[in-house]
Amino acid sequence: MSKVTFNTDMCKGCGLCVDACPKGCLAIAEDKLNPKGYSPAFMKEPDKCIGCAFCATMCPDCIITVER
Amino acid sequence: MATVFEKPKSLTDAPFHYCPGCPHGIIHRLVAEAIDELGIEGKTIGVAPVGCAVMAYDYFSCDMIEAPHGRAPAVATGIKRSRPENIVFTYQGDGDLASIGMAETVHSAARNENITVIFVNNAIYGMTGGQMAPTSLPGQVTQTSPYGRDVNHCGWPIRVSEMLATLEGPEYITRVAVNNVKNVKNAKKAIKKAFQNQIEGKGFSLVEVVSACPTNWGMTPKQALEWIESDMLPYYPLGVFKDRTEKGGCAQ
Repeated sequence: MSKVTFNTDMCKGCGLCVDACPKGCLAIAEDKLNPKGYSPAFMKEPDKCIGCAFCATMCPDCIITVER
Repeated sequence: MATVFEKPKSLTDAPFHYCPGCPHGIIHRLVAEAIDELGIEGKTIGVAPVGCAVMAYDYFSCDMIEAPHGRAPAVATGIKRSRPENIVFTYQGDGDLASIGMAETVHSAARNENITVIFVNNAIYGMTGGQMAPTSLPGQVTQTSPYGRDVNHCGWPIRVSEMLATLEGPEYITRVAVNNVKNVKNAKKAIKKAFQNQIEGKGFSLVEVVSACPTNWGMTPKQALEWIESDMLPYYPLGVFKDRTEKGGCAQ
């Protein structure tokens, strides 16, 4: 079991975490906007997450914390 | 549950001003992780460049100094010579290091100054709006080469790492990239080694990081990382170009 937390307010919605995830767990919340005006990334399928931290490795804004 | 990944302590809480998908944030984090892991936050002095990373002093929690355009290695030389107990690094882009600051870079390498240089090569001037840089690829479309870089008119892009590796002076010259997870991890090792070299007093270490500029390349962040692999890495191959103490070492 692993847990991925996003600091959603600082996300710029670049989608690099979504592309990096080997399990396809992440997605961009197209219907939401954060205070910066971007659609943030979120954990869509937490059950599939293996806690590899690839998303956090590629995140340019250091908004992802991974626990395992 | 144990935390396996979090923001390094050597970065402040200030949000990066960089464009969405800009790898500057990744490279900042790698530098901060290296500082954290070596336990040198309290005695590190960074030198910020002119370019997109001009406000890097807001993001690192160590002491920072802003250098005039291209002069970061000269400023770092002064700091290191007057305060040899401190760890000094510069963080520079290709317009800063390879264009206006080429003389300072070459001569600090030739003198084997005991500093660490992080050189971010994204083949374009980012902050000023996407003009052609000394590292722009042949045929690359920029604001000042709208028909693509013509090498007969503008010359060929400069491979800084290969050029500096021909000098007797420098200790460690390597090129890494941040276009995928594997390359980011190799970049981390190279940056940490560059700091370790300075701690051990070995001399000039330069890590060239092949990066992207999605905004000025006119691409999505994903396309930009793919363009690094398809177009930049064939011209700027990764590897260790000089390492006086070891054969090979990191990367690859």
